[in-house]
Parts: sequence; C-alpha cells; structure tokens
Amino acid sequence: MRYMLLIYGDESAYSNVSEADQEAQLAKWFSYTEEMRNAGVSTGGDALQPTATATSVRDNGGEPLVTDGPFAETKEQLGGYYLLDVADLDEAIKWAHKCPGAKSGTIELRPIMEFPDTP
Amino acid sequence: MAILARGMGGDVDRAEEAVQDAYAVALERWARDGVPSAPAAWILTTAKRRAIDRLRREAALRDRQALLTRELEDAVRDLPGEEEEMIPDERLGLMFACCHPALALEAQVPLTLRLVGGLTVPEIARALLLPEATVAQRLVRAKRKVRVSGIPIAEPAPEALPARLDAVLAVLYLVFNEGYAATAGEAIVREDLAAEAIRLARVVHLLLPDEPEPAGLLALMLLQHSRRAARVGEAGELVLLEAQDRSRWDSDAIAQALPLVDRALTLRRPPGSYALQAAIAAVHARAARAEATDWRQIALLYGELANVLPTPVVTLNRAVAIAMADGPAAGLALVDALANGGALDDYHLLHAARADLLRRQGRRAEAAAAYARALELAANDPERRFLTARLEECRR
Repeated sequence: MRYMLLIYGDESAYSNVSEADQEAQLAKWFSYTEEMRNAGVSTGGDALQPTATATSVRDNGGEPLVTDGPFAETKEQLGGYYLLDVADLDEAIKWAHKCPGAKSGTIELRPIMEFPDTP
Repeated sequence: MAILARGMGGDVDRAEEAVQDAYAVALERWARDGVPSAPAAWILTTAKRRAIDRLRREAALRDRQALLTRELEDAVRDLPGEEEEMIPDERLGLMFACCHPALALEAQVPLTLRLVGGLTVPEIARALLLPEATVAQRLVRAKRKVRVSGIPIAEPAPEALPARLDAVLAVLYLVFNEGYAATAGEAIVREDLAAEAIRLARVVHLLLPDEPEPAGLLALMLLQHSRRAARVGEAGELVLLEAQDRSRWDSDAIAQALPLVDRALTLRRPPGSYALQAAIAAVHARAARAEATDWRQIALLYGELANVLPTPVVTLNRAVAIAMADGPAAGLALVDALANGGALDDYHLLHAARADLLRRQGRRAEAAAAYARALELAANDPERRFLTARLEECRR
C-alpha cells in the first residue's frame, strides 16, 4: 500500500539553531532516509524550502491569481515529504514514528488514491 | 468474517454482506439437508463463493473496476484453508482492527459492537443513546477508513501489542459501562450490552490467556455485573453498596471472577489497573455483610492502584476507604488535600464524599454546604434524590 508521509513542523523553531546543531539534525535525516531506502519502503522524498519562499496560484476567471506565501497560515507548516510503499498502516506508522520530524512536529500519513491502469 | 475481510483487502462491508448471504443460504439448506460436519467451514466456503459472485456482478456494471475485481477474486480464492481453528483467532484480529488508534474513539465503539459483537444498527443506537443515522454514518466512515487506510485486521506486532491491547480493553470497558449505568427504565437493553461486553472480554482473555489485564477486566466486569439485581430499588433508585441485599448478588458470576482476579494479580508484577480494580471489587464480593468488609485491604489496594493509575478519582476512593478503615478524620485529611488542589472541583462525588465524612463527624452545617455543592453538580435523578435526602437530614 502506498502512502504519502507529510512532515509538519514549526519553521520558526529552526531560526535559533546553531550550525553544529543544524548539522546534527541533518545527519539524523540522512540516516533516516538511508534506513528507509535499505528497507525498500521509500520510493522518494524531499525537504521543502520554508513557507517564506512559497508562491500561491489560483485561477481567477481564466487569469492566474498569484500571491506571495502559502495558501494558509498555520501553526505547523509542511516541511517535507516521503513516498512510502509498505504492507499496511501499522508499518507506515512505524516509519512515521522513526521520522526525526515526529519528535517536535506532526507526521501525517495519507493513503495514495490508486486508479487501476486503463487497458 | 475477519478472514474474508482480510482476503478482500480489508473491505469489511463486502465481507459482511457475503457472510450474511451465507447464513441465509445455510438456514434453508441445513433445514433441508441437515447441518454439515464442519458448519463454520461451510459458511466460509459459501461466503467466499457469494463474495466472488457479487464481485463479478458488480464488475460487469463498472468497467473501470474490472482489473481491481479480478485481483480481489484471486485474493479471495487464495485464502488459506478452512480450518475452524483459524476463526476464533481472526476475531481477535478484527477486534484489534476495530480499536485501532487511527479510528476516532467514537467510531471504535460502534464498529466493535457491529463487527465483533454482531449488533444491528438499531441495537447499537439504542444502547449508546444515539440517533440511528449517526451510528450508521460513523460505521460507514469507519469501515471506509479501515479499507482505504490499510488498517490491518490482525494481531499487532509484539512491541505494539500492549498499547493496542489497552485500547481494546478500554473500548470493551466503555461498552460495559454504557450497559452498567442504566436506570430501571432502560434496564433490559442495557443489560444485554453489559453482557455483550463481558462476552467479548472473555474472548480476548481466552485468546490471550497469559496476559493479565484481559483477565483483570473480565473479573472486574463480572463482579460489577454480579450486583445488578441489587443495585436498583423498587422505584428505580440507586441502592448504595452498603445497603444492597447481598443475597441478590449473582454468586455464579462471583465464583467465575475470583480465580480470574488471582490470575490477573500474579501473572505480572506489578499488577495492572484492571487487576487491581478487580481485586478491590473482590474484597467487597467476599464480604457476606457490609460490616464485614475488609476496608484496610481495600485502602491498601487503592494505594497500589494510585501507583499505576494516579488519578484524583483513585485518590478520592482511597480516601473513602481509609475513612472506612480508620475513621472519618483520617479520610477527611486526604479529601481536603484533594479539594484544595482543585482537581476535582467539578466532580460531584468529591463534594458528596466530603459531605459524608463531615456528617459522620457531626459537623452538620459544613456537611450541608458540601451536600448542596454536590447537588449543584450531580447529573442523574437517583443521585440527586439521594443527595437531597442527606441534605435535608443535615439541616434538621
């Protein structure tokens, strides 16, 4: 079963972190990604640039409506994602719990909507 | 049904339909041909065939799902053999699925009652005092979540078992309490609910015989249930433990419960919260008359319970037990400390307990004030009537 693992956290918490601490954090992320890859459960993932760099786009009567910033202001912001392919929800939960983002933020697991290949 | 549901990718809805079909066929066939030697296996085979038939019929109508349907058929056909021994284990897996934390608690209770207990939607609605539409909606959403999110219908991995088992037991205890706290008017339906909770708790205990808490919970339920005939008076009023006619207690239920209590207390140290609560209930059950109750033992047990379940309510109950063993002054010290902490300010039983202890010390004015406060907070009629009577006594 495929899931998207969405990593939510408070971006402002990262602003006061020393370089040494930043490196230590990154190491945790790399080792987590490595562990998933070796277990064959993740087919990809990325960290995202902070919401200050986001652009929102909508359609406004045929013209694009472009604004600075994310769609909504929230306490926790989307910071990254992974795509998982595992046996069931319990296995997905196991990996979500191991995710470094789970310590200070929230991991959301969303099952991917599967469509049968049209013949 | 659990086996089918697992084979159908967690589609409990279809599995349910297939099983119901199979039962319907069984009713006419078996009346005509006699009961087969392995009835459960017969049901499973028939249900599988019905499931495949239904899937084919629906696939013919919806092209887009053709591929998916073929896969489901293969999965259903590939299900392992029809040994009857599989079936009870599968029920436990189903219970773990119904009580999975990914489901909201308000969904876990009706789902367990429907899929594991086999109650109908109207029965569940009556039992939980909810509109039928609400129950139906929660069931639909919960079943969809099980299927779409991939909630496994199986016993969880060993490291996850304790937490999940806690969830199953909590749901069962919730169901039991729904049935236990009934007034006389609703007694008949609600007693069935309590009996249902006991039945399911027994299944969990039999399937996990080396786990102490299922045994503890079963014992606790049996002991509370044993008092049902004595708990409610002629006019539907609540009869307190000390005033109950103990000859009306169910001695069979008590006899079943007591060895379970011992088992639950000794299987693992320190004992869990259900084991301890059951042990406390057992002390009451063993007393032939209220006056013969070993309150010191109860106070000790509450002390142990406070270690595993450090809630203000446990402390309150401990205070009451200490007051019974050592006199009201001893209990009042603890209760006042609790009251000053503010944790149970909105809990009517805190004020009722305080009032009772003050009354026993002859401090009637203070007792009256506490009863009045308890009355402000008490919700149900039998309790209000009781508190009003006490309040009037103190004011005389």
